Amino acid sequence: MRADVVVIGGGPAGLAAAIGAAKEDKELNILILERDHELGGILNQCIHNGFGLHTFNEELTGPEYAARFENQLKDYNIDYLLDTMVLDIAQNKVTAVNSANGVFSVECGAIVLCMGCRERPRGALNIPGLRPAGVFTAGTAQRLVNIEGYMPGKEVVILGSGDIGLIMARRMTLEGAKVKAVCELMPYSGGLKRNIVQCLDDFDIPLLLSHTVIDIKGNERVTSVVIAEVDEHSKPKKGTEQEISCDTLLLSCGLLPENELSRAADVKINPATNGPVVNESFETSIPGVFACGNVLHVHDLVDYVSEESARAGKSAARYVKSGQKPDVNAIQIKAEKGVRYTVPSTVRINELEDDLIIRFRSTGVFKDSYIEVTIDGQQKIRRRKQIITPGEMEQVILKREDLNQDVNEITVAITEG
Amino acid sequence: MDNSYDIIIIGAGVTGCAIARELSKYEARILVVEKDEDVCTGTSKANSGIVHAGYDAKPGTLKAKMNIRGNELMTDLAKDLDIPFKRIGSLVVCIDEEQKQGIEDLYQRGLANGVQGLKILNRDEVKELEPNISDNVVCALFAPTAGVICPFRLNIALAECACQNGVEFRFNTEVTDINESENGWIISAGNEKLNSKAVINAAGCHADEMHNLISDNKYHITARRGDYILLDRALEGFVNHVIFPQPTKLGKGILVTPTVHGNTLIGPTAIDNDSKDEAPVTADGIAKVLEGQAKNVTGLPVKQVITGFSGLRAHEDSGEFILKEEINCFFDCVGIESPGLTACPAIGEYMADLVSSKLQLVIKQQWNGICHDVKKPFEMDEKERDQLIKEHPEYGRIICRCETITEGEIIDAIRRTLGARSLDGVKRRTRAGMGRCQGGFCSPKVMEILSRETGIPFNEITKNGGNSKILTGRTKNES
Repeated sequence: MRADVVVIGGGPAGLAAAIGAAKEDKELNILILERDHELGGILNQCIHNGFGLHTFNEELTGPEYAARFENQLKDYNIDYLLDTMVLDIAQNKVTAVNSANGVFSVECGAIVLCMGCRERPRGALNIPGLRPAGVFTAGTAQRLVNIEGYMPGKEVVILGSGDIGLIMARRMTLEGAKVKAVCELMPYSGGLKRNIVQCLDDFDIPLLLSHTVIDIKGNERVTSVVIAEVDEHSKPKKGTEQEISCDTLLLSCGLLPENELSRAADVKINPATNGPVVNESFETSIPGVFACGNVLHVHDLVDYVSEESARAGKSAARYVKSGQKPDVNAIQIKAEKGVRYTVPSTVRINELEDDLIIRFRSTGVFKDSYIEVTIDGQQKIRRRKQIITPGEMEQVILKREDLNQDVNEITVAITEG
Repeated sequence: MDNSYDIIIIGAGVTGCAIARELSKYEARILVVEKDEDVCTGTSKANSGIVHAGYDAKPGTLKAKMNIRGNELMTDLAKDLDIPFKRIGSLVVCIDEEQKQGIEDLYQRGLANGVQGLKILNRDEVKELEPNISDNVVCALFAPTAGVICPFRLNIALAECACQNGVEFRFNTEVTDINESENGWIISAGNEKLNSKAVINAAGCHADEMHNLISDNKYHITARRGDYILLDRALEGFVNHVIFPQPTKLGKGILVTPTVHGNTLIGPTAIDNDSKDEAPVTADGIAKVLEGQAKNVTGLPVKQVITGFSGLRAHEDSGEFILKEEINCFFDCVGIESPGLTACPAIGEYMADLVSSKLQLVIKQQWNGICHDVKKPFEMDEKERDQLIKEHPEYGRIICRCETITEGEIIDAIRRTLGARSLDGVKRRTRAGMGRCQGGFCSPKVMEILSRETGIPFNEITKNGGNSKILTGRTKNES
């Protein structure tokens, strides 16, 4: 098999990347490889609305948002294979397996990594206790409710206040379950403010900050969990233990980009994002291999995934047409005080067509603070923000004309006012 | 159903199943009764998965003898039953100049027990074998005959083999009483009365209770809990041998080892547990495991944990394996703690000898000792795999992404002899759900396949039988 661009993953990132590549050059042969039996990825189970405000200026559900992209595939002659699992990637080759073709290889000009992310499971959280049925990641519970039409429980405690956990607190409540509490280890939520208001506050579900689960009881099915307040080192405080009877514990404790394929191919990974290190074109350390969406860094809104992925797809298409660009004069972008990481990490000035969008997340909650950007030590941006939290992605835009061949370094920092 | 047997074995762990397989060589009607829904649900499912060399136990004890013999038998058994097994060797590491004598003592004990190939390695030799070992290493006892095995497949394969040779199994059948009768024993299990000429007690942590039902010579088992932490396969190669600290009174200490499937396993603790059935992982246990591993290796990325679990070892007060006829064809296998997994083929052989000569059993004309594991397309060579997928497309459909497990493998695990009936049953037979996402993506799909294959309604599927149902009902729209 041969394709100009192989897109690994047919979720929001993969769909937008494929269309982005096709828009750049309609003649290109583009192939999406999707491991599930349908396109759309996790959007299929996100039946709530709130998608597409930035992209389409209207509120769509997840499946509706995905459909807007899927409907374009035909127009652009984009091929896809479902139930197809990629096993291995190399610079110009993707190896995959499915029922119809067995194990097969696709020779290709460029690869776009769009594998998304997975949820941190109970095992990775070292939660003590027994191991009964009734402990689910929020996303698994969401699939069971929204796709399969079954309830994973009736009385629920949620650990972690990531967006999926918040959404599921509301969803379970609407389906008649009693959500007794959402516990968050940190002193702030990991989710969007709007989700805390619309999914917890509106339903009188308590959000217990600086709390964690210290025991799971029940040998066959969960019968209760013990929660406790934690100190500033995240250690449970003695005397604050509280047992809550429930049959279900949902976990929403962080998302992990699925970079097993990237790692096996020796793509350089940023330890702060667990995603590939990329330049302005979303190209990884391996020429011709691009990355976007949640496999690159975990996003808060799908609209940003689509926008970013369209640019990644475009870059992949251009790479196929014009080949590898020398990596000279790459400007380094540094995440400084208060900034956990930036995407991209480097900029090749010659390749930069438009203004430079830098996306990042903060290391903690900052109130009345400033986002500061410097170019070679010179302050370029100083923007005041009332509140910056790790749950919301931030961005700054540097004007194309402010960047030139002589620039060496850009820094992004958060300073308190 | 005819409830009269020649032999009833209580417990479908590795011990019970190893005995069942050995006895299936004889003309006899044999039943294994198990209180849980599947084989391999107690001590056999949660342990280090180590085949020990045999230098730990005191010379002359049954523990020592069974360990050595079990280790010897394991190569052929693993081949015959298609069990993943690698003889990777073990190191007992001394990190304190003053404890050096302990290594020498262990070496001498190993020699007395008949362990082959033992060697004391100096610091440089150890470092060369294991670069990530602690800089404090002084010397180590190297035992090339130690290995790692898949404890699930070992147990399941022994049962499958016994079953294919005529041994019956009854699950969800808890023995509540045992009484002597005119021609043997009457076992009460739920509402059933089962008759048998001989009874073999292989009830693990509950073996003392079974024994005490029929004898005034009381045994006492403490369930000794071991907490473990399992790390991602991405760390494969961090250590290449089973690495033990020097043993203490409580056991062999916190080891660091590759599993036979390439994960890194650390643990166990040794904490007396109140319950014989509920084995919680505790914060204290996790802390002890993390502290313990750090003494012997340097820089193990313990953040790449994928799960924690704990198991219960059946520690009898005597500290020895009790393998004998108590009275009138009631046979005990009591106190089978470490090295029980290693010892099981030897215990099977030993107990089968005792029982068959007592009952004067006759060897069968035909017996099939060979069993095959679930076909694993991603362990096959390319040609074989392509052929398999062509003939059976379900082997080209990946269900568990993390461990690359196909629908074909899951179907096989369900349809085969003593097939899986629960998520954990599928997991132990195929590894689906054992990877880094811990079943987050694949468990709904495995539930669908289980439901389709077994006819169990989707919302009745359990994690591991009993009341461990995954779901509690339908959503409003669907009900």
